[in-house]
Amino acid sequence: MNISRRHLMVLLPAAAVAWKYVLAGTPEDAPNYQMSEHWWGMLIDIPKCIGCGNCVRACQTENDVPDGFFRTWVERYHRTDYHLENPEVISPDGGKEGFPVVSGGAAGDYFFVPKMCNHCADSPCTQVCPVGATFISPDGVVLVDQKYCLGCAYCVQACPYGCRYIHPTKKVADKCTLCYHRITKGLTTACCEACPTGARQLADLKNPNDPIHEFLRTHTVQVLKPQMATGAKAFYNGLDGSVR
Amino acid sequence: MSGVEGYIYPNEVTLYWSVLIVLYPFITGLVAGAFILASLERVFRVEAVKPTYRLALLTALAFLLDAPLPLQLHLGHPERSPEMYFTPHSSSAMAMFGYVYLWYLMAVLVFEIWLDYRRDIVLMSQQSKGVLRVIYKIMTLGSSNISERSLQIDEKVGWIVTLVGIPSAFLLHGYVGFIFGSIKANPWWSSPLMPVVFIFSAMASGIAAVMLLYMGTAKLRRQTIDMRCVDTIAMYMFYIFIIDFSLEMLDLVHRIYEADESFRSLDFMVHTKLFFSQIVVQIFVGTLVPLILLFVTQVVKLPELARKRIFVLSGCLILISVFAMRWNVVIGGQLFSKSFLGYTTYKVDLVTREGLLVAIGLTILPLLFLWALVKLLPPWPDKSLHEAAAGD
Amino acid sequence: MSGLKDAGHLFRFAGLFVLAFLVFLVVRAYVVPKSFGEYGHYRGASIGEIAARPVRFAGHQTCETCHTDIADTKTKGKHAHVNCEACHGALAQHADDPTSLTPVKPDTLVLCARCHTASAAKPKGFPQVDPADHMGGVPCETCHNPHSPAMGSDSSTSAATGGAK
Repeated sequence: MNISRRHLMVLLPAAAVAWKYVLAGTPEDAPNYQMSEHWWGMLIDIPKCIGCGNCVRACQTENDVPDGFFRTWVERYHRTDYHLENPEVISPDGGKEGFPVVSGGAAGDYFFVPKMCNHCADSPCTQVCPVGATFISPDGVVLVDQKYCLGCAYCVQACPYGCRYIHPTKKVADKCTLCYHRITKGLTTACCEACPTGARQLADLKNPNDPIHEFLRTHTVQVLKPQMATGAKAFYNGLDGSVR
Repeated sequence: MSGVEGYIYPNEVTLYWSVLIVLYPFITGLVAGAFILASLERVFRVEAVKPTYRLALLTALAFLLDAPLPLQLHLGHPERSPEMYFTPHSSSAMAMFGYVYLWYLMAVLVFEIWLDYRRDIVLMSQQSKGVLRVIYKIMTLGSSNISERSLQIDEKVGWIVTLVGIPSAFLLHGYVGFIFGSIKANPWWSSPLMPVVFIFSAMASGIAAVMLLYMGTAKLRRQTIDMRCVDTIAMYMFYIFIIDFSLEMLDLVHRIYEADESFRSLDFMVHTKLFFSQIVVQIFVGTLVPLILLFVTQVVKLPELARKRIFVLSGCLILISVFAMRWNVVIGGQLFSKSFLGYTTYKVDLVTREGLLVAIGLTILPLLFLWALVKLLPPWPDKSLHEAAAGD
Repeated sequence: MSGLKDAGHLFRFAGLFVLAFLVFLVVRAYVVPKSFGEYGHYRGASIGEIAARPVRFAGHQTCETCHTDIADTKTKGKHAHVNCEACHGALAQHADDPTSLTPVKPDTLVLCARCHTASAAKPKGFPQVDPADHMGGVPCETCHNPHSPAMGSDSSTSAATGGAK
C-alpha cells in the first residue's frame, strides 16, 4: 500500500512539521524549535557499548565524513593488573568496522569507549578561533561555520580530546555537530539512531522530562579529562580511570 | 598505520602545523631581535653598535615583509584572512596577529626608518632620475623640509618611536609564544614561560643575524669591520643567549621534577623522535658550543681574526639552534598523542605548498628584500650624497 | 608656529594613517556579514545553514508510521530498542518517497555477525555466538526473526514481509 505524504502528516504531527523543512531544505529552523529552550548534551553508557561500530558508520553516512577522519570513534580498552597506569587501547580505523574478535579470556576484561566532540560549555576550541568561525550555539552545540573558517587549525590544536580535524578537501575545520540538522527537527543524532544497545543517547539538559536528569542523579557519571575544566557535556556512565 | 606508534586519537595522525609554522616564529623572532639591537643604540645609547643601526632596521623590515607569507601558504583559505581584521575574536591570541603586525610594520618600523632616512630620501628624490626619482618623491610624502629644526623633531619623535617599539617588538613575538603557551590541551606547549623563552631566543637570533649580515656585507663591500661594534654585539648576544638557555633549562628541570601525567610520554619523545633535533642540534651543538666559544672570547684576549671566526661560527650556530627550538616546539608538540599513549611522524614534503622547497624559498626571500632595501635606502654613510647636498 | 611648519611631514604621515583607517571602516561595513554578532561573535546565519543540511537517516518513528506491523512485532521482542536503520541503513530517501528507493534486504549472515559474533571483549550477558559453531554458514534468519529474534518468541521464522500494511 502506498502511504501518501498527506497521510504521513496526519499520523505524526511533530515529525511531519519538521519533515516539511527537511524536504524544503530551507535555512529557517522548524517553527516548533526554539534555541533557548534547549541545552544539548550526550549520555554514553559504557557498560552497554559492544563495539559494533554502527555509530561510526552511521555518522559517516549522515555527515559525509571523509575516510581517515572521524567525527566519532570507538576505543577498546583492555583491563589488566596495571591498566590504570598503562592502558592498552586500540581503535582500528576508529572502530568503523568493529573490533577484532578476542577469543579466550574472561568477559569484562575489555570495555569500549565511544568518543566524540564533548560540546564543552567552556570550550577551549571556540576560545582560540581568531575570527569567530567556531562557536557554541545558544542551545549548547559547538559548531563550525565552514563558510567563515580560515583553516588555520588553531582549534584543532586547542581541543584536548582530539575530536577536530581539517577537512581534506574543504580545507576548513570539521567535527561532530551533534547532528544539529537532525536534533533541531525533533530527530535524534545519527549515532544514537544507529546504536543497537542504547549506549549513546542524546540528552537535552533544559528539558525537565529528559531521562538524563534522573540518570545523573542515580549513576556514577564522569566526563573526559575533568582536570581541563572544559565543561564537557558528553557524560559517561561507568568511565574507568584508565580512559584517556 | 604507517608512522604511528602506540595509540593515538584517530584524528591525530596528520600534523596540521607544518614546517611553515616553524618558520613563522623564527622569522618574527629575527624581526624582534634585529629591532632590539637597533634600540640598543637609539634608546640605551650603546654607541659602539651604531654602525649596525640602519642595517638592523632594514633587516627587521625585510623579514617582517616576509613574515605573513608562511601563514598565508598554510591557511586552508588564505583569501579569508582579512576576516582577522574585520572580526577579530578578542579571546584569541592569534587574532591579535593582524593588528600587532600592522602596528609594528607601520607605526614602528616604517615610521622609524622613514624618520631616520628622511633627509637622505629628500636628497635622493632631488638627485636621482627616472622611476627611482618617482619612488623617492612618493616616500617624501610631498614634504622636502629637511631644515635643522625638522630634523631635530624627527630625532625626538624617532626616539619615542623606538621606545614604544621595544614593547611592541616584545608583543609581536611574545604573542606567538602565548599562542602556544596558552593551550592547556598540549602539555608540551602549555607554560607561562613560553612567551618569555620565545622573546629571549628571538633576541639572540635577531642579534646574531644582524651581526652576520654586518660582517658579511662589510666583506662584500671590502670595508673594514668595526671590531669594537662586533665585540659589543657579540657580548650582548652572549648574555641574552645565557638568559635564554637558563629559561629553557628551568622549563626542563621543572618538567622533570614535577613529572606530571604527560611526562613519561614527552620524555620518551625527547629521547627518541626529538633526540637529534633537540639534544644534539638545539642543546649541544646549538647552545653549549656557542656559549663556551663566546665565554672564551669574554675572558681571554684573542686576536681579531680568531674573534671574527668565533663570532661567525657562534652566530650561525645560534641561528640554527633557535630554528631547532621552534621546530622542537611546533613539531614536537604534534608528534605525541594527547592520550599520552602514542606518537605519529612528520614527513616534510618537498614540493607541496607547505613543503621544504617553499620553506627554503621563504627563508631566502627576506634576503632578497633586504638587498632591495639596501639598494633603495643605503645604510652605509654615503659621502657623495651629503657632499652634493652641501654643494647646493 | 614655526615648530608646526617644521613638523608638517609628521602630519602628512599621520594623515596616511587616518585615511587608511577610514577606508578600512568603509570596507568593513560592506564586507562583514550582516548576521555577524547576532547571537555571539559569529555569523548567526551559519546556524540556519548547518540546520538545513540534508537528513539521511529517517529515524525510527518515521519508519514506524508506515511499517506498523513490523513495529508491533519489534516492540514485543529483544530488538525493541534496535532502531530500523541500525540494520537497514539510512533510508530517509525511502521515507520521503517510498517508490524512489526500495531498500535491499540485508544479508543476515553478514549483518547479524557484526554485533553477535562472540568476543571476550564484549560485555558479559550480551547474546553472542561463534558463527562457525552456531550455524555454520546458514543465514540467521532461517531460525531467527530479525525483528523479534529470541527463539520461541511470538513470531514466525520468516523474516519481515517488508512493505507497509
